[in-house]
Amino acid sequence: MTRKRSNAPVFWALFGAGGALAALLGPVLVFITGIVTPVGIWMPQSALSYDRLLAFSQHWAGKAALFVIVSLFFWHAAHRILHSLHDVGIHIHAGMAAKLLCYGSALLGTVIAAAALLAIGF
Amino acid sequence: MAETRTIEMEVLRYHPESDSAPRFQSYQVPFTPDMSVLQGLQYIKDHLDGSLTFRWSCRMAICGSCGHMVNGVPQLSCHTFLRDYFPAKVRVEPLNHFPILRDLAIDQTDFLTKLESIKPYIIPAEDKPVESGEFLQTPAQLDRFYQFSQCINCLLCYAACPQYGLNSDFIGPGAMALLHRYNADSRDGGRAERMPLVNEEEGVWSCTLVGYCSEVCPKGVNPANAVNQNKVNSALDYFFRFLMPKGGTR
Ligand code: SF4
Ligand code: FES
Repeated sequence: MTRKRSNAPVFWALFGAGGALAALLGPVLVFITGIVTPVGIWMPQSALSYDRLLAFSQHWAGKAALFVIVSLFFWHAAHRILHSLHDVGIHIHAGMAAKLLCYGSALLGTVIAAAALLAIGF
Repeated sequence: MAETRTIEMEVLRYHPESDSAPRFQSYQVPFTPDMSVLQGLQYIKDHLDGSLTFRWSCRMAICGSCGHMVNGVPQLSCHTFLRDYFPAKVRVEPLNHFPILRDLAIDQTDFLTKLESIKPYIIPAEDKPVESGEFLQTPAQLDRFYQFSQCINCLLCYAACPQYGLNSDFIGPGAMALLHRYNADSRDGGRAERMPLVNEEEGVWSCTLVGYCSEVCPKGVNPANAVNQNKVNSALDYFFRFLMPKGGTR
């Protein structure tokens, strides 16, 4: 009997890396960018001003950080959503379609993130 | 004299030669506080209805043959007590996710085939003549596999696993725990033969880490942990297989 090796490790590794990042950084990012700074409680609103963020995303380290966070969050979410669809029985008739849709959107998100970061320039 | 009370036991019945579908049948069963659900079933068989079919042997959570759904939860029925359900009724069904042979007896063929496929025995890493003495193992080496060797093949974890329920091609928690029991043993050299089973989609990759298998295991095995250790092993095997000198699997 020949056994077929699954390609799951690729997606699982992206999922795991994204999950670790999401757990470590997700909440604090929401807190800083969504609550603290806009309201201006502990951080001045100018901390996230356009000029600063532009400079951040033009620096190579800023670009790298943004790319890793955006793309890995996408891969994490895609994998999780795919498995939840499977749990509610959607794999049976539409397994391949669900896979293409989930991982496809993650790939698209990754490409758009890369393109946008490159378009901003250095 | 221990006090005797009467509990209603609702048991799933199915005799394929006469029943078109499974049905429930209720029995009034007198019980004492020390009586297990298994003893309740035995009371029914001995005194109320001799046609009731179920498996059991040891009556002490060792043989693994008396697994049933008790009020919807996979349990060893010899390890579950009627007093804990009284005054409500207790409902006994065959283990989920398996075909019913007759009443509470399920068909275990699928698991037995999988069990055989994982080579559940030590494949010696080195040929060692008897005269050279026993294989020595440190407590740390024993720790790596000990809990997984406690599995009694009761299949409660399969009844608990939603992924096995969705697709029974999945190798499942119990077989993976036993596979890991041998792969993790320092005396064993069979890892390369077993990894192809781990690496398949139906190997560890069907698991979505629900974890209910480990919750229902009556022997303190943590099959979910075995599956997840082997996701790591399979991923390492996937990315580094071309670097492995030997023993890597293609
Ligand atoms: S791992 Fe536990 S629940 Fe599963 S078959 Fe073995 S003893 Fe039973
Ligand atoms: S009768 Fe042996 S485990 Fe219950």
